[in-house]
Amino acid sequence: MVNLGINIGQLHFKNPVITASGTFGYGSEFADFFDVNRLGGIILKGTTLEPREGNPYPRMAETSSGMLNTVGLQNKGVDYFERNIYPLVSAFNTNVIVNVNGNCIEEYVELAKRINNLERISAIELNISCPNVKMGGMVFGTNPDSAREVTRAVRAVYNKSLIVKLSPNVTNIVDFAKIAEEEGADSVSLINTLLGMAIDIDTLKPSLSTVTGGLSGPAIKPVALRMVWQVAKAVRIPVIGIGGIMNADDAIEFILAGASAIQIGTASFIDPQASVKVLEGIERFLLNRGFSDISELIGYVNRK
Amino acid sequence: MAKIILNFQIIDNKQINKDFFILDLLADTSLPEIFPGQFVQVRIEDSPGTFLRRPFSVHDIDPSNNTIKLLIQIAGNGTRALSKMKKDSFLNIILPLGNSFSIPPKNEKALLVGGGCGIAPLMYLAKYLKSNSCEFEILMGFRNKDRIIEYEEYSKLAKVYLTTEDGSEGEKGFVTNHSILLKNRYNRIYCCGPDSMMKAVAEYSHINKIHCEVSLENLMACGIGVCLCCVVNTINGNVCSCTEGPVFNINNLKW
Repeated sequence: MVNLGINIGQLHFKNPVITASGTFGYGSEFADFFDVNRLGGIILKGTTLEPREGNPYPRMAETSSGMLNTVGLQNKGVDYFERNIYPLVSAFNTNVIVNVNGNCIEEYVELAKRINNLERISAIELNISCPNVKMGGMVFGTNPDSAREVTRAVRAVYNKSLIVKLSPNVTNIVDFAKIAEEEGADSVSLINTLLGMAIDIDTLKPSLSTVTGGLSGPAIKPVALRMVWQVAKAVRIPVIGIGGIMNADDAIEFILAGASAIQIGTASFIDPQASVKVLEGIERFLLNRGFSDISELIGYVNRK
Repeated sequence: MAKIILNFQIIDNKQINKDFFILDLLADTSLPEIFPGQFVQVRIEDSPGTFLRRPFSVHDIDPSNNTIKLLIQIAGNGTRALSKMKKDSFLNIILPLGNSFSIPPKNEKALLVGGGCGIAPLMYLAKYLKSNSCEFEILMGFRNKDRIIEYEEYSKLAKVYLTTEDGSEGEKGFVTNHSILLKNRYNRIYCCGPDSMMKAVAEYSHINKIHCEVSLENLMACGIGVCLCCVVNTINGNVCSCTEGPVFNINNLKW
């Protein structure tokens, strides 16, 4: 037996495998493919105070070893969430985390307050890194002052585990991780998508309706891994690694670089069972290599 | 209907012209129930640059033998790699996905309208309608004579009318120009083809107050309603064409 459990803030995860926001719906979409309760946690689709229609079609372009998206936080708003989605996700026997978004600090705060009242939501992931909305999102996550301000404001009203999701579209992501830590975040998750673009040479037009979008998939993995490694060395709070993880080997790299947990994102589009396969692969790796606890691997490359 | 991931053996990979081929696939276990209009997501392993699965409508199905057929147009690297796959190799497929075409009441007469690779889902629909003793005819449009595919196969199931844009076979023009639309009265139209064609057929149906369903082919990543990339603008806002569609009643679309 190996111990795969980890803690983020006061929150215990039975294993380090979490599904990334916007790639796993509300969990029930995957019920046909595996028992979602086996995962350490699931992070639900990005939620806002008011309903959002998202960006126009086309929202997706395949790229070399990855994809661009510009969904633009389409969701039905927190009222609908409380009424129709919360009762369903409450039945899961794993950590259920809401990804929180807003146009302005007041919206983030109001939404965090609402989620704070929902007993079965274990944590929020503060999304200050969505590249596909005009206001909010990455605007907060690429300016140190506003990143600090929004984290502080949400921390003041949210008393469960607070994870801040960081944007890679900055000069030095470590600065933002430190800000999150200083303002009382329990964890940082990184990276959100890298801002990118594609052009359709048949139509002579950009492939995405918003011209630019967020790049995800294995194409970004080396960049994500480097950033996780840098951040893990610089902060004491646990780091959640995200970015192009397709299999257990990828996940183990992130853990060795310093991630206490990892998120499976785009991989779930290609293989709906990707997350649970990663979990099985991590466990097998620990057993085969004679490790008894996942903590022995976390940040292994940073140890003297 | 539960979605499953199955491995299929390629029992035949037949090029039918320069641009089209048909994959005949045998499931390694019994097939789930699949309805006409539903689609599958195919993983393409050995194609550099093909990252996502590719969605294809079910062209034909033989539940007693656990086989399905996919009619595919070579449109890029992924479909080209599929066209070259050898007999007896395997494909990983998620199915069944999306909704399906409605089945008309017995007293109605239906018209199936397909253009180019849009004829793909109409074979299974035609067979399904025939087995349910529904009355229907088929109208297919192609660019020219050389691009016509599957004419004989569809002709075995119902009367087939043809248009070509250059008039090299059938009537000249687009499907909506075909004289049959002036002569015959249909109660229900099912359409799949290029956007411009579906919009023209939708407009014809709207003006003539005919129940019309179109099968959309939006770009998608997941096929299971979580990436939210394949959205179509409807009277109920943006909805995923992979879960709420691919078949839509035209009255629900904001075209």
